Amino acid sequence: MTDYEILVSTEMDIIAVREKVRDVAKGLGFSIMDLTRIATAVSELVRNAFQYAGGGTVTIKTIQNLHRKGLEVIVDDHGPGIPELDLALKGGHSTSGGMGLGLAGAKKLMDDFFIDTKQNVGTTIVIRKWL
Amino acid sequence: MATESIIPILKLDNFLISSPQIAIHDRIAVQYKDALLQKIAETKSKGLILDISAIDVVDSFLVRVISDVASAANVMGCHTVLTGMSPAVAITLAEMDLQLKGVFTALDIGKSMKILQREEMRLRD
Repeated sequence: MTDYEILVSTEMDIIAVREKVRDVAKGLGFSIMDLTRIATAVSELVRNAFQYAGGGTVTIKTIQNLHRKGLEVIVDDHGPGIPELDLALKGGHSTSGGMGLGLAGAKKLMDDFFIDTKQNVGTTIVIRKWL
Repeated sequence: MATESIIPILKLDNFLISSPQIAIHDRIAVQYKDALLQKIAETKSKGLILDISAIDVVDSFLVRVISDVASAANVMGCHTVLTGMSPAVAITLAEMDLQLKGVFTALDIGKSMKILQREEMRLRD
């Protein structure tokens, strides 16, 4: 079980992190379609963290349940939190444009999606994809 | 003097073609957009072919970059054709319900040229 914890603080980190996640996922045996889904979802979430919170921490974990292995990525930031979460998850409205699209998109691409957000405290998003 | 672009923009007949080989992150994106639009203006190109075959992840940010370029190019009378999208990227975009507005798409550069030539003919009539 490999764990990685990566600090995101610059825009370059967004690309580096998604490449790292892609590597780990590839090692687990995910298909090229799933690799792209995972990398894209991570890209969306990490970009949000960078854009709205100035950065955050990304944790990459190999996980296992009774039946199969999977990949878990946690994106955690200490930013302003996400206002009107329901709206953002539905695909957002034009003012939250980028954030809404990214969040809803990431949710659609992954198998599991959990989000905990508190105004002025931060946001933690957990996403998972199973083999 | 045109904005310098790390990503080459080449002239092909009356059109421009650009094929990013690196990930387009935020700082590069602004320079790239500017360079593309300046080149369109300089060459008075009627068409731009964006070949993304070397790009393995297209997220909403990149979709926005492409849409912005296409919109601005459109205002300048230039069509944009996106080509080289991998099946994985195409599926991901569809699943995220991300739409590329104002952009033609083609399977390869040859077909991209045909689309642009067709649009050019249309304007002549």
